[in-house]
Amino acid sequence: MIEIRFHGRGGQGAVTSAEVLAHAAIHEGRYAQAIPSFGPERRGAPVAAFARMDGEEIRLRTNIYQPDYVIVLDPSLLGLPAVRAGLKPGGVIVANTPADEAEARRILGDYQGRLALVDATSIAFQILGRPITNTAMLGAFARVSGTPQLESFVEPLLERFGRVADRNIEALKAAYEQTKVFEGSGVPAGA
Amino acid sequence: MNRQRSSKAAAFRPAHELRSRDFEPGFVLTEVATSRYYKTGDWRSKRPVWDNNRCIQCGLCYIYCPDMAVRRRPDGFFEANLDYCKGCGICAQECFTKCIEMVDER
Amino acid sequence: MNSTRKTIPIPPGHRRVGIEDSHAAALAVKQCNVDVVAAYPITPQTHIVERLAEMVANGELDAEFVPVESEHSAMTVCVGAEAAGARTFTCTSSQGLILMSEIVYITSAMRLPCVMILANRSLSGPLSIWCDHSDVMSIRDCGWIQTFAENGQEVYDLVFHAYRVAEMPEVLTPVILNVDGFYLTHVVESVLTAEQELIDRYLPPYRPRVSLHPDRPVTMGAYGVPELFTEAKKNQDEALKATYPFILKAWEEWGDLTGRYYHPVETYRAEGAQVLLLTMGSIGQTAMVAVDRMRDAGVPVGLVKLRLWRPFPFEELRRAVSGAEHLVVLDRAVSYGGPGGPVASEVRAALYGQPGAPVVHNFIVGLAGRDVAVEDLATIVQKSLTRKKPPRQEDYILYGARE
Repeated sequence: MIEIRFHGRGGQGAVTSAEVLAHAAIHEGRYAQAIPSFGPERRGAPVAAFARMDGEEIRLRTNIYQPDYVIVLDPSLLGLPAVRAGLKPGGVIVANTPADEAEARRILGDYQGRLALVDATSIAFQILGRPITNTAMLGAFARVSGTPQLESFVEPLLERFGRVADRNIEALKAAYEQTKVFEGSGVPAGA
Repeated sequence: MNRQRSSKAAAFRPAHELRSRDFEPGFVLTEVATSRYYKTGDWRSKRPVWDNNRCIQCGLCYIYCPDMAVRRRPDGFFEANLDYCKGCGICAQECFTKCIEMVDER
Repeated sequence: MNSTRKTIPIPPGHRRVGIEDSHAAALAVKQCNVDVVAAYPITPQTHIVERLAEMVANGELDAEFVPVESEHSAMTVCVGAEAAGARTFTCTSSQGLILMSEIVYITSAMRLPCVMILANRSLSGPLSIWCDHSDVMSIRDCGWIQTFAENGQEVYDLVFHAYRVAEMPEVLTPVILNVDGFYLTHVVESVLTAEQELIDRYLPPYRPRVSLHPDRPVTMGAYGVPELFTEAKKNQDEALKATYPFILKAWEEWGDLTGRYYHPVETYRAEGAQVLLLTMGSIGQTAMVAVDRMRDAGVPVGLVKLRLWRPFPFEELRRAVSGAEHLVVLDRAVSYGGPGGPVASEVRAALYGQPGAPVVHNFIVGLAGRDVAVEDLATIVQKSLTRKKPPRQEDYILYGARE
């Protein structure tokens, strides 16, 4: 089972990311679960969302404490201890940031593990005209995880986004292309 | 008027005689207007009497009676249904021509 | 890791979809072809009724959607419509439930087969939108049949069961399906949905025993004098207890059609268990993972899951827990100043005086959505096994409360 934790601010679509990811995995015939972390819904407040994927039925129904992947939708959240809390050894932080690797690792508290970086905010501005990075970050995730396949996101995005689906698919693909993956110097664990 | 039949329609019985098995599910009463069985006429101490020489058949007594105990006769004048009339005197109070007198029950 | 999880194949007449549990619930209600939906929005039930409103608006569901001004009115509308022969649906949580509770008791006394989904949410105060069972416990004695779902599949399946049972001529009793707020309502997961043809084989149209109509006047909701009230309540109590075999029959029928069988009490790896956890609702899912891990570590633990809350399955419960030394009951509500968790107090009542009954431990967990992790369950089992003195009948622990 793969556990993914999303961090964003209310209104940036973190919850939607988790849902679209779950739909994409289910679309591929696997099991998945998406849980928002429930708080008073307010624009701008930090929110977390959780997703699980597995080839077998998923029975665990809690928040995710030891994620395999942490996806950060908003650069301003990068420094928060909550973001890196519990990351499994060998896990990956997938971050939206304009910073380079060295700077990102510094902001992440001298993080030495695996890292994937993309300037999703710029991509979102270019393609969507707004700094909503959730679909772009799904592309970043797909790039570093290799699963679900990029194609599996298309139908869930079409269903979820309707008229603006095409642009979101574009953002997904652009982020996929532009994401840079950095292996860390930490000890890799079996995923 | 059709009555909905149920398998064990409880005939009207005094409350203290009913057993738990006698109730329809949900305590539905399939016999309607069972208040007819409760003849409140024996409560009264006065009874309304109409002077039909002064009655103009306006029907106010009929409308105001709280018990629907005033009925219209075939000749168009009004009388009390003595099974249910409690002698409250509202008909006499409301009568437009004051043609109703409340007389003592003997 | 040794696990008895299985990959479930897709049975005939089903599709596998990714869906939010709330939407699965709405889909099931739609497939039951209800006639009237009356509801007032309250977190975390909103996604269910929003989806139903959408379905009515776009013609997917031919029903009257009544946007009432309060939950009290919602239940009232359902009572009136059901009395007139309509199949109805309402849905609420927490404060909404207690606002409508006056009518909830009347619905069951009137034996109207209404179905309600209760998205379990804690009762204020402090004001809380998150999941626990204090809302359903506030109407424990309301006379409805009450069941609990644990995951999206069960949310979907148990809606059909609710209507099937409620409307059986031998039952004619309303049903509450409890669905944990957020943990079920707001989770997207994989669900097997059934084709309409299969549902139509399971659920016949509603044929009321008696209904309001000007041509066939009856009185419903009459006044009851003291001289007959006790007899009336005995009638209702016996009727609720008598629904039990039909609840089972309706689950059997569902199982025969879909391959998914449900029971009032279900167990997981309880054979030979020295310690049994007992849960109700979605915690049961995480508890299965905890049992797997503890078993792997050599702890002889199993799980009992209560699916039917009312009428309470006394015999099944006694059978399920016999043989264990310890029974650790997890409650998501507290009876303040009383015997602790409602589930534990009822379990203790069921086991009182039974020879060989396990020692019952009661932990209150998950209040207002506080997450209950696998580690917490392991800690709770350890605490139970290492107690210096056995607990008294009224002892309970509010797990994790920082003092």
